[in-house]
Amino acid sequence: MKNKGLIIGLSIVGVILLAIFMMIMWGVGVYNNMVTLNESVTKSWGQVENQYQRRADLIPNLVNTVKGYADFEQKVLTDVIEARSKVSQFNITPEVLNDPAAFQKFQSLQGELSGALSRLLVTVENYPNLKANEGFLNLQAQLEGTENRITVERKNFNESVLTYNTTIKKFPASFLAGMFGFNEKQYFKSQAGSENAPKVDFGTR
Amino acid sequence: MRILFFVLVSSLIIFAQPKVPELKMWATDLTKTLNSDELSNLNSRLKTYEDTTSNQLVTLMIASLEDYPIEEYSHEVASKNKIGTEKHDNGVLLLVVKNDRKLRIEVGYGLEGALPDALASSIIRNVIVPKFKNNEYYAGVSDGINAIIATIAGEYRAEPESDSDGGGSIIFTIFVIIFIIIMLFGKSTGGKSGGFYYGGSSGSGGFSSGGFSSGGFSGGGGSFGGGGASGSW
Repeated sequence: MKNKGLIIGLSIVGVILLAIFMMIMWGVGVYNNMVTLNESVTKSWGQVENQYQRRADLIPNLVNTVKGYADFEQKVLTDVIEARSKVSQFNITPEVLNDPAAFQKFQSLQGELSGALSRLLVTVENYPNLKANEGFLNLQAQLEGTENRITVERKNFNESVLTYNTTIKKFPASFLAGMFGFNEKQYFKSQAGSENAPKVDFGTR
Repeated sequence: MRILFFVLVSSLIIFAQPKVPELKMWATDLTKTLNSDELSNLNSRLKTYEDTTSNQLVTLMIASLEDYPIEEYSHEVASKNKIGTEKHDNGVLLLVVKNDRKLRIEVGYGLEGALPDALASSIIRNVIVPKFKNNEYYAGVSDGINAIIATIAGEYRAEPESDSDGGGSIIFTIFVIIFIIIMLFGKSTGGKSGGFYYGGSSGSGGFSSGGFSSGGFSGGGGSFGGGGASGSW
């Protein structure tokens, strides 16, 4: 009789220990998965930043090339220069991703620069000499390529944020996400009055 | 859920997205502009080029995009066909949209250094467009390909593929561990195993693209970041 009770007691303890062990294993798996997803968001954010930086780096050359044409509309040029300096003054930290207001600010500053640049490229259409300048054409190709890369990297970024956000919000992983401080991250939204052709709003993804 | 989203988005955009073809040859002409001799000539040159350098250079001619942006379409064609090797991302797509009179050179991540946007744009403007203006489509594509090859010559050579590096075995180990965990919890947490299957299916996409009939083009898993240049004539 006494032996039987001991066996039952031990097996209950065994089952509880096994359950705890399995829960810990599960928790570790979920946690590590969230860490991986968080890293992939950070990585794709890095790519977005790179491309924006690359665009900012191209602008001084572009401005210098265009300046050479004495009669070029000054307003269009100063808009670009101002928008660029605002962008470079904005301090980007990884915290931007968790802060909706800062993220919004970053996006609108970059959006202003996109707008100013596209007005510049439209204005150039009125300057046949400039349009035929091989140096300018090369800069234009680089700028267009960069804009296109920005679009691609923003799309990749939104996709990785989608995976991340879905994971941390799903029950029961949401418990662990709350415990370890995995917060929801921001998406890029398509810009109002963006210079691009109608595009899918990746922000809703 | 993804399908639902896709349907939702498709109904929102005004213009229909042109179909993204599955490329089975290096040179594909859906407009029937090039004759079979010209196509097989291009194919054999591009195949040889891939065999000697491992760079995958592919050309596609279609009729019209119906106002769909050429940058997005070209990125989709290049990404979905996984042009270039997975290791080097060394794929290039020369896309010609005949009736829209537009073209684009899409450059894979790995070749952006060898074939920067400015050079791609210069090839379009100075090599291809003058021929296309005279309706010399074969000459345009052919010269364009020669110029692309000359530009990136030597940047990536075929290397003996090492079958597994450290990273691969770590990923494999993680997969085994995840698999065991899922097996242990498979019955109690249905939602989690759903997540696992999702991951598995995205991986198998790479394998299916390699399953083309022998002798044709088959993508190697390269990815694209939007590099390259567009032009029109």
